[in-house]
Amino acid sequence: MELGPYLLLATLEGAVTAAVLALTASGLALVFGVMRVVNVAHGEFFMLGAVIAWWVASHIGGAPVWGFTAALVLAPLIVGAIAAAADMTVLKRLDYDPERTIVATIGLLYILQQATLMTYGPDARPVEPPFNQRLALPWIEWTETGLGLYWPWGLSTTSYKLAVIGAAVVVLLGIWALMTRTRIGLLMRATQLDRDMALAFGIPVERVYALVFGLGAALAALAAVLIVPIQQAHYLMGHDPLLLSFIVVIIGGLGSLPGTILAAIFIGLTDGIISVFFSPTLAKILATLLVALVLVFRPQGLFGTRAA
Amino acid sequence: MIRSLALHLGLVALLFALHFVLPPYHHGNLARVMVLATYAIGYNLLFGYTGLLSLGHALFFAAGMYGMALSVQYLGAAPAPALLLGLVAGLVVAGITGALALRTTGVAFMIVTLMFAQAGYLTILYFGEYTRGDEGFVIQQAQRVLWGLDLSQPTWRYMAAWALFSACLLGSLALIRRPFGRTLIAIRENEERARMLGYDTFAHKWVAVVLSGGISALAGAAYGLLFGYAGASFASVQYSIFPLLWVLLGGAGTILGPFVGTLFMFYLIDLSSGITTAYMLMAGVVLVLLTLFAPQGLIGELRRRVWGWLP
Repeated sequence: MELGPYLLLATLEGAVTAAVLALTASGLALVFGVMRVVNVAHGEFFMLGAVIAWWVASHIGGAPVWGFTAALVLAPLIVGAIAAAADMTVLKRLDYDPERTIVATIGLLYILQQATLMTYGPDARPVEPPFNQRLALPWIEWTETGLGLYWPWGLSTTSYKLAVIGAAVVVLLGIWALMTRTRIGLLMRATQLDRDMALAFGIPVERVYALVFGLGAALAALAAVLIVPIQQAHYLMGHDPLLLSFIVVIIGGLGSLPGTILAAIFIGLTDGIISVFFSPTLAKILATLLVALVLVFRPQGLFGTRAA
Repeated sequence: MIRSLALHLGLVALLFALHFVLPPYHHGNLARVMVLATYAIGYNLLFGYTGLLSLGHALFFAAGMYGMALSVQYLGAAPAPALLLGLVAGLVVAGITGALALRTTGVAFMIVTLMFAQAGYLTILYFGEYTRGDEGFVIQQAQRVLWGLDLSQPTWRYMAAWALFSACLLGSLALIRRPFGRTLIAIRENEERARMLGYDTFAHKWVAVVLSGGISALAGAAYGLLFGYAGASFASVQYSIFPLLWVLLGGAGTILGPFVGTLFMFYLIDLSSGITTAYMLMAGVVLVLLTLFAPQGLIGELRRRVWGWLP
């Protein structure tokens, strides 16, 4: 293949990464934005989403589409409930002190990860996609007879991958509508702006916090259900999404949703493209260093306006 | 003053005496615990006494370990200069990352240190040709003879670990009694006020990072040399979390805390790994319970309830 089709393929793969990353990272950004809590266990909620998706899909017979649909509904609900319970039993008692909540969520990370290892085991297991047609893509090229279309070998995507991108866009629009157009979104934004004032106005801040923590985890779980037919469910799979979400949330400006989504697209695409042309490890080294330097020299993020 | 000196010298003497009575299995474990406790002492200097929570100390531990191991492997260095190179590597890395990371505070400081450590871990993987990545490499017995003492022998290994641990324990005790250590505690309690009193808090914090990184690097180099192995897993996030866990368990901002925490956690994991492969579950449960019910740690609670004079 020449450079052009190669680049298109990298962009398509990057777009899938970006879509899933945008969902995961917006969950993290939501939790940090409203609660000022850095949730280190976020990657484990992602992993739980994938594992529960496998569990649900393997218990429902019939066509793969039924198992997948059930997983799409159940996994975010279950993970959200677990997260809300963790918020009420642990984080609430720490009074959301930033340093102590980080330590507690590190503990939570190991509890979730190791409990999964004990029950689900160390194997990677696939979930069948509901539909998966291979779509060959054409490429335009100047030939001696003028503009010509041809189908380069290997340049293809699947209908499922395109559906993942579409689903991510729909969910993100839904989150945006939830935050700006509904009463519960208003309560969340009020709590984010001034917790004490919100409390004084009779907003049940503790319940809003539990809801936000659950919602953030559910977003991660949803992203995992979408990606699990492409990757496989494994008890250590939460590591990379956590790191990438951190990178995205920081570059996007801590706690800002639009910034987070922009950064997810940026990081997802560059990660895809750099990984195709250079080593994936090098891409990650550059990304982590970029994050550290952004935090040091531009703490409001590349797209944000507010300091952390 | 006399009491605390007697207590700490007593611990050092007890550890020396244990060499002669412990059965081989626990003898080996204790040597390992003492080296890891040295790492925790380095961590405690920054977290416990200066109040800076780093999530990236594995970077310094690994810098020491690889500074030592790579110079033994590729330069054919003798153990003593190799240890020194490990220490220097740790000091340089700590100096640079400290100068950058200290421009941030609070949560941002934790994330910046985490990111630097992650970049360091990935760099070790990236140069897998030399570092052998996750697989790691063994340091041959012939390369581990320090001043005629074969460190692969249990006796000398224990004695080397004991000497390193004792020096760092008593050194940190002396440090927090000096005006410099007092200033670090003042910064932990109220940085604004310390700055208003005319202390250059940035410089103090930077020196604390470098000292803490140096001790961690020394522990890393010693660990590699005493147990004859260097691998990328020592640079992973888990090894940044461990010293935090040990120090929290033993008691942050106490001199004995790092050792007590390391000893407890080591045996807790040792026991639970006999039952299940998911032994890190214990670490998670202990972390959550500690933050919930005993944020002061074991020695911290002891100091709060019984012995107010514990340093």
